[in-house]
Amino acid sequence: MRGSQHFLLLITLLHGSYMRDMDTRSLLLETTAEDHHVARMAAVALGLTILESAIPSPLPGVKPGLANIVTLIVLARYGWRAAVWVSLLRVLAGSLLFGNFLAPGFFLSLSGAVCSLVVLAFAQHLPSRWFGPVSHSIYAAFAHIAGQMLVVYLWLIPHAGIAYLIPIFATAALVFGTVNGLIAARFMEETPTPSIPQLDKLPDNIPR
Amino acid sequence: MYKQAMLHLKPGDWLTLMLGGIFVVLLTLKLWNGDLADKAIIRSGGKIFKEVALSRDQQIEVPGPLGTTIISIQNRKARIASDPSPRQYCVRQGWLQQAGEIALCLPNQVSVELAGSRKKYDSLNY
Repeated sequence: MRGSQHFLLLITLLHGSYMRDMDTRSLLLETTAEDHHVARMAAVALGLTILESAIPSPLPGVKPGLANIVTLIVLARYGWRAAVWVSLLRVLAGSLLFGNFLAPGFFLSLSGAVCSLVVLAFAQHLPSRWFGPVSHSIYAAFAHIAGQMLVVYLWLIPHAGIAYLIPIFATAALVFGTVNGLIAARFMEETPTPSIPQLDKLPDNIPR
Repeated sequence: MYKQAMLHLKPGDWLTLMLGGIFVVLLTLKLWNGDLADKAIIRSGGKIFKEVALSRDQQIEVPGPLGTTIISIQNRKARIASDPSPRQYCVRQGWLQQAGEIALCLPNQVSVELAGSRKKYDSLNY
């Protein structure tokens, strides 16, 4: 857990990117409890990403996407903005950790994450009486793979042949999306919501 | 575990799952419905040497400038079984099954192209 604290620090700094006390000698980044919370969640997501990289995959790109469980929980509990922070910080810090920042792999993760978040922005408004994290997860998983295939087609492999791989990726998205959604639902049922300041309740003088 | 999974699935989640499943099945049918080939077009020296149906298993010997290329057809698939070309690219390409697939033995000027009910391309340039 020692290593994860460094990342926690890094992410805290990235998220708490507003400065109040700027004199010539010291540069102080003030962070709120909410920053720390986002950082902690992003660090957990990062841990899951690392864990996942140890799982062998039959085909490059077919991954369970365990880190998205964290995104789903954050979305359900702290809203879309916090989910965006956690998801994008995880992509950024993960790319620094794996050494593929600004490499193709980074842009694949980024496009997948951005597409998922856009879809989640709509999916979160589905009536919660009928739709739970499993639905969110499935829609996000499809959006994720769609975003990635778009980048692959437009940039990396502009060949129609990649269409043959789409059914495999779509099946994986459906299966892993369902499983991740179930894990998130189960986790939220068993753990009560911790009392953490929410974004909406922050003072207005903090830029967002 | 199965029971618990059921508890977390709300009616809308079932709907999503079902729609997702249908989507994946349609996608697979659409994208993997490769036209199966009906016949093989064998060319030698740029001219059509023979057109054979894939329904009958057979071996065809095609003469070329370097020697004889042997094409074998089996189980609705075709391959170049042997060829005198030095690098053996067309032999190593293995079995052809989908319409539009092609194996070229350039040194011996022999090619096999599979064709289906409809042609995907008018011509291919390399």
